[in-house]
Amino acid sequence: MAKKKVPAMNTSSTADIAFLLLCYFLMTTTMGSQTGLSRRLPPMPDKDQKVEDQKVNRRNIIVVKINSSDRLLAGSEPIDVSQLKDKIKEFLTNPADNPNLPEKEIQEIDLIGNWPVSKGVISLQNDRGTSYQAYIAVQNELVKAVNELRDDCAKQKFGKKFALLDEDQQAAVKKAVPQNISEAEPKDVGKKR
Amino acid sequence: MSKFGGSNNKKEVPAMTSSSLSDIVFMLLFFFMVTTQMRETENKVVVKIPEASEVVKLERKDLNSYINIGTPIRSLQAQYGTDARIQLNDSFKTTDDIRDFIAAERESKSEADRQFMTVSIRADQDVRMGIITDVKQELRRCSALKIMYSARKGGE
Repeated sequence: MAKKKVPAMNTSSTADIAFLLLCYFLMTTTMGSQTGLSRRLPPMPDKDQKVEDQKVNRRNIIVVKINSSDRLLAGSEPIDVSQLKDKIKEFLTNPADNPNLPEKEIQEIDLIGNWPVSKGVISLQNDRGTSYQAYIAVQNELVKAVNELRDDCAKQKFGKKFALLDEDQQAAVKKAVPQNISEAEPKDVGKKR
Repeated sequence: MSKFGGSNNKKEVPAMTSSSLSDIVFMLLFFFMVTTQMRETENKVVVKIPEASEVVKLERKDLNSYINIGTPIRSLQAQYGTDARIQLNDSFKTTDDIRDFIAAERESKSEADRQFMTVSIRADQDVRMGIITDVKQELRRCSALKIMYSARKGGE
């Protein structure tokens, strides 16, 4: 029985085939993870709901307005985007217990203990003519201010940055430094052609 | 002079085996198949996403629906003009169609995941807020409250 030797199959073209497949996937798919600023919209008020004045103390609100030429107004004075973060941080921490800045309530939070939680709310109002870029820039500054305060709190209590904490600790810090950004009902102020 | 003399006893270089080449390419292929996702819609609007430094990553891509807002691409400008338009799935829509779009998107997700559905607003950076406010109001009316403003991670 003379065994016939089977000739080796020529496999040099499999690489080409695989390359073709590879190119196909490169063309038709997208990489790039989605990133962005996450927000929760307030639910629509019911029509038959009685208009109830939510009594929020005046000192607890800072109104950030953006007009149609992308200028900023924080509280009552015009401000630049670069100054907004510090302004918000000062507003939320109220280090000198200024009676014009938001009150703080000592709350007991798991893992942290007693912590003065600010009652401050940031109210963001924009015009229909505001550019999206300016709007995102302001949103970004607001988030940055809150994130920095969270980092401070995390460092003080756990000795680590907020991002390095575990889930329970993060939840505790989030409770201590809430992100209260309210997007007001739209208003039409200055027209932009 | 055996080394330099005869030309017929030249040592033959063995052919390089290329059999592993295909394995390498297949590995690359699998890498791309796993890390990428199919492009589901064709962009009909130009979207240059604004930059932000505090972006967070989206956890569940499959629970995401996109609303693209921007000016139509060049080849469609003759037909649709240069005003900012809303693109849902594959066509230009108005704010009134968002309700149906959200309902359809909800229907396509599994029941347990519906509450985590996120609507990603991909808007061009030069778009005016008016159109985005309309979209946001419509989303509130459909109670799709989890939204995300798409932004690129930008150095600052």
